[in-house]
Amino acid sequence: MDQSAAAPPGAPLLLVEGLTVRLPVEGAQRAVLRDVGLSISPGEAVGLVGESGSGKSMTARAIDRLLPRGAQVAGTISYDGTDVMSLSGAAMRRYRNQVAMIFQDPRAHVNPVRRVGDFMTEALRTNLGVQPAEAATRAADMLGQVGIADGRRRLRQYPHELSGGMLQRVMIATALLTEPKLLLADEPTTALDVTTQAEVMAILDDLRREFGLAMLFITHDLELAAAICDRTAVMYAGQIVEVRQSALLHDDPLHPYTAALAAARPDIAQTAPRLAAIPGRPLSAFEAPEEECAFAPRCPHVRDICRAETPELVGLNGGLSRCARAIELRGQLTPAHAPDGGSDG
Amino acid sequence: MSELMSRARAGDAAPLVTVREPRARRGAVGLLRATGAAGLASAVVIAIATVIAVIGPLIAPFSPTLVHPSLPWVGPTGGHLLGFDVEGRDVLSRLLAGATSSMLGPLAVVIGSLLAGTLLAVIAAWRRGLVDAVISSGLDILFAFPGILLAVLAAAVFGAGLPAASIALAIAYMPYVARVLRGAALKERSQPYVAALEVQGASATTICLRHIVPNIMPLIVAQATILFGYAMVDLAAISFIGLGVQPPAPNWGFMISENQVGIPQHYPLPALSAGACIVAVVIAFNVLGERLFEQAQASR
Repeated sequence: MDQSAAAPPGAPLLLVEGLTVRLPVEGAQRAVLRDVGLSISPGEAVGLVGESGSGKSMTARAIDRLLPRGAQVAGTISYDGTDVMSLSGAAMRRYRNQVAMIFQDPRAHVNPVRRVGDFMTEALRTNLGVQPAEAATRAADMLGQVGIADGRRRLRQYPHELSGGMLQRVMIATALLTEPKLLLADEPTTALDVTTQAEVMAILDDLRREFGLAMLFITHDLELAAAICDRTAVMYAGQIVEVRQSALLHDDPLHPYTAALAAARPDIAQTAPRLAAIPGRPLSAFEAPEEECAFAPRCPHVRDICRAETPELVGLNGGLSRCARAIELRGQLTPAHAPDGGSDG
Repeated sequence: MSELMSRARAGDAAPLVTVREPRARRGAVGLLRATGAAGLASAVVIAIATVIAVIGPLIAPFSPTLVHPSLPWVGPTGGHLLGFDVEGRDVLSRLLAGATSSMLGPLAVVIGSLLAGTLLAVIAAWRRGLVDAVISSGLDILFAFPGILLAVLAAAVFGAGLPAASIALAIAYMPYVARVLRGAALKERSQPYVAALEVQGASATTICLRHIVPNIMPLIVAQATILFGYAMVDLAAISFIGLGVQPPAPNWGFMISENQVGIPQHYPLPALSAGACIVAVVIAFNVLGERLFEQAQASR
């Protein structure tokens, strides 16, 4: 796949090519990711946007080798030149120290019966051989970095004593403790309320820049991705349908799905009698039509050419689009916040 | 969004939430209190039995093996509160001194079966797939052997005695432990926090020993308590048929065996007093075990 069109020059830190993942569902192997390609350069923030079930989290899990049992993986994932799929044992643990992950629901991802300090310093102590006292000092310092002042006391507390926002900041601090090069943030603020969300996002963004981390930021919020990512990839039904400079994504989309996603966000400045929605429902990768455009059943711009074959990801105006009519529709996809619902479908 | 973000970034990093003071975890006392009056009474019985097992030989008023050929089947007299047994030995002294082997045997069985069972359960739950299938099938085969049968086999091979009987019972009980704990460990394995530890780069051994096992610990304790009762009955039965503790050493199970002839001869006290000790301890362990098991299930 031609990634050069949208990726900045230089050797990428993470390169995913032709990633296809099948999972056993009710006895059959069903695709959840189809031909996903992604590159992240050192220090670059890449957004991954899509509806529920589009394969965003599955992509992150594949990168960190956390796929469910029985998953069939085709394609390559390489990190800093090494093939991730062939790692095992100590090499795997070193790789996972380099590639940290922040999860959507912090409460589910902390052992509830262990103290916060135990959780934070686990990898430092058991994997990197740091002395417990030294590990605790580093953890408390890192808590200070994420805006938790009395770090020493927090380390002795249990997860249930912290609020969701505070716990997510603990997760961020934990992820940064092993000095990773790449951060996989899987909807880190979805479970938080909006003011906490802004605060956590600001902390994450600041620290990422300070430490020079690359980040794969997964969200369903196009605006949020645009605010903090350099480039953003849009996923639909297990495929990447558009990759673009984040600044251009909202106002000049290359794929009808991106345009529909942007239009579906309510505008606070306008009152609409009815909120815009994309007709139909989001499809899982294995439900989507095989030999045609996956978005065709819901697309307002669908023509016969869309049903002829699966469109390729083609370079266009500095971005990539998986739309057969991308060139033709150029400029027509600007999401008008029209009172009648936004899309012409 | 972006406006909010810049506002949050400009503002000070003061926490948005106030946090309660650290709360103490429910300790052993709290757990016991939750098991109710019956649980508490059982714990007291177990505590007394344990103390006697430790200091029993020291507080026995007479020698447990001193034979008075002229005094068999003599009832309670003077300093001999429970009278004499079939060979004219002081029954109370034999009960006190016999507590050690009667409690130590089941303890060895419980420790052995729990160590092996937990190890197999956690390995099966961690590796899943083929490893799990092999371990589970192996356990199914072991289920087919009754503990007493294994003990008889062990006695035939290694000679009669408490060690052989205990090892045989530990092997026989291990599948029960492993099956219950495997289910719990599987559930724990699929918890998101295990995945979070994995991506932190924690090793499998670390996650299993420091996270999964502590989280299934309530179930392990409950299993241990219930198994202790079963082990005591089975070891008493093995001693009864003469393959456990060897005479003249005192042991509750063996005391029933050697004094059973007294029951039809109107001297039931020696056999029944030993039986009563076994029944009291076994019931106490079973009641406490059931209560602890309920607690463990309720908190999952």
